[in-house]
Amino acid sequence: MAHLSEAAVAKINEICDRYVSEKTPLIMILSDIQKEYGYIPLEVQEIVSERTGISVAEIYGVVTFYSFFSLKPNGKYVIGCCLGTACYVKGAQQVVDKFSEILGIKPGETTEDGLFTIDALRCIGACAIAPAVTINGKIYPHVAVSDVPKIVEEYRALGGAEA
Amino acid sequence: MSKINIKIEGKPYQVDEGLTIIDAARNCGYEIPSLCDFNHGECNQGSCRVCLVEVKGMRSLVASCVHPVSEGMEISISSPKAAAARRTSVELLLSNHSVDCQQCDKNGRCELLHVAKLTGARPGMFQGEKTPVTVDELNPSIVRDTSKCILCGRCVARCKNAHGLGVLGFENRGFNAVVGPAGNRPFSKSPCILCGQCVSVCPTGALMLKSEIDKVDEAMALGRHVIVQTAPAVRAALGEEFGMKIGTPVTGKMVAALRRLGFEKVYDTDFGADLTIMEEGTELLNRMKNGGALPMITSCSPGWINFCETYYADQLEHLSSCKSPHQMQGAILKSYYAEKHGIDPKDIFVVSIMPCTAKKFEKERPQLVNKDGLKDVDAVLTTRELGDMIKRSGIVFNKLPDEDFDQDIMGEASGAGVIFGVTGGVMEAALRTVYYILTGKEHGAIAFTSVRGFDGIKEASIEIGGQIINVAVAHGMKNARVLMDEIREGKSKYQFIEIMGCPGGCINGGGQPYVRPVFLPNEDPDILDTYMQKRAAALYSEDQRNTLRQSHNNTQIQQLYKEFLGEPNSHKAHELLHTTYAGREPFRD
Repeated sequence: MAHLSEAAVAKINEICDRYVSEKTPLIMILSDIQKEYGYIPLEVQEIVSERTGISVAEIYGVVTFYSFFSLKPNGKYVIGCCLGTACYVKGAQQVVDKFSEILGIKPGETTEDGLFTIDALRCIGACAIAPAVTINGKIYPHVAVSDVPKIVEEYRALGGAEA
Repeated sequence: MSKINIKIEGKPYQVDEGLTIIDAARNCGYEIPSLCDFNHGECNQGSCRVCLVEVKGMRSLVASCVHPVSEGMEISISSPKAAAARRTSVELLLSNHSVDCQQCDKNGRCELLHVAKLTGARPGMFQGEKTPVTVDELNPSIVRDTSKCILCGRCVARCKNAHGLGVLGFENRGFNAVVGPAGNRPFSKSPCILCGQCVSVCPTGALMLKSEIDKVDEAMALGRHVIVQTAPAVRAALGEEFGMKIGTPVTGKMVAALRRLGFEKVYDTDFGADLTIMEEGTELLNRMKNGGALPMITSCSPGWINFCETYYADQLEHLSSCKSPHQMQGAILKSYYAEKHGIDPKDIFVVSIMPCTAKKFEKERPQLVNKDGLKDVDAVLTTRELGDMIKRSGIVFNKLPDEDFDQDIMGEASGAGVIFGVTGGVMEAALRTVYYILTGKEHGAIAFTSVRGFDGIKEASIEIGGQIINVAVAHGMKNARVLMDEIREGKSKYQFIEIMGCPGGCINGGGQPYVRPVFLPNEDPDILDTYMQKRAAALYSEDQRNTLRQSHNNTQIQQLYKEFLGEPNSHKAHELLHTTYAGREPFRD
């Protein structure tokens, strides 16, 4: 197992200690860790387990049950494609497929250069602008398959720089 | 507890308030089919949906294992709607199940097959995609095959209850859900201690032990000198494989069967247990005299050793350096016995019949290979495997005469060795001998009853020759943790601790016959509460009947020291009978 830096261990312990008075603190702890680091690998779960007495298997079960939690780091740009009913009937599946084709990854995966992650979302509540795509919070309305290469290029041009 | 009135199939009954429907119905004489409900709700998640019943006034059918009874409730188990729903539940489970029932080791003991018959499940009702399968056969003890898992959660509950820190859990969701160690990784890379308690409760063939019968067959076919030894707990349970009442001791028939199976010699591991007591008792006294690490903790249970090496790697100095009894006996068979009989140790093949799945792993430990590259023990069969081997050979077990173990060299065994099979037994056996060594006389009462029984942690203070020895006994890792945390914090008040991996000790080991009320119509309805006591009683009564009750009075043990080992903890004894330990990471790549 890879080992974490002392600072990271201290931070995770600090997060666990925020919820010592809670009866069922696990989801809150995991949410904070997810927000802090963007993912919750097994090594981190082991520390949470030691601190809370909840077994690693149980923590792993919660992390893999909720799509909000992630075991692996996401890419710099998370392409959230809505596949809710309205977006779906407006052709969202083809939009996702196009992103997959261009980036060479399936939904849930991250490109090797660490730049992009495709996230297949359920309804994000933007049905009026279906099909909708969000990238790091920025919303793209009425996305057509033909728009996809341009969107990808836009972020490729930014590369490692901040969006 | 106050009583409430319910009706089942229109008949009125009074039952305890707070019971689930399934338990209330059981008290009224009804057995509702179920899979995930087990052992008074040790596991009842309502996940299998096989126990559905109709309750008057309720909009939908209810899972009787989780729904509590209430005043005036009218329940129907036999209503066509409920019966059809139960059948559908089973058909759905079967649709995502690898149905190779003929070849499955659970054939004849499978609860899924049992409820399929009870509910009248029809073949091929739902066909389509199946959940991706994981088969883990990488460790020597347990096989996990998710194609047979019904996600009932019984193993998850048992692992958590027995050990406090569950290794098994649910992961992923919906159709992709599996039960396994975190990350669906193999047991060999997880903190699993290979105790096999999960195997004991799995209703299907998803968790099975790894059979070594083929290895034994091969050794016999090659004409090797195949010797068998049997652990104490085996005799207290083997009869169950042949329909005998739980708690029937079958020592004589077991020996007769083993002889008919073609083993050259049939020995009792109790001899190894007596040897362990001599070594361990001496080690304890030396540690007390010379300021060694205290408390000293027993090292007979390989499940416990796995746990200690994983979770308390910083406390390994507290473990006794003694090998476990069957490993000691194997080492003596491949040295002293070989020498005595003029046999090349390389030709000897030692088979241990054990109640334990972790022993299969233990015998492979690199620390238990001798300087000539030979393992102390070559194969470990569990009680269940021995039952299978006997059935396969056509031996009618119940009609066998009683026979004695072979008597040469290691035929004598004390009652102290017999009680090794139950929690507190190693401690009691050790105290009998330590008392003698320190005082020069036998302990009057022989039995040390304060370390008997099934409390999670037992403790006693015993005055021996003017000094007080504080001892504690724990079984199940949940209880072991309490004692280990005290040691780690420097607060332990004990000199000697016995720890066994499985709750109840070896009599409840992962390799013992399954105790499943649905397959035991002639046992009491509360058999899950009493089977451990019954098996333990079989061992305590054998100890009581034995004229030899203390390890140090075993004349063949005395002979072994005189002729071969010198004295307990001698250089030669250390070379053959002691071992070392190594810490490990809980999760390994």
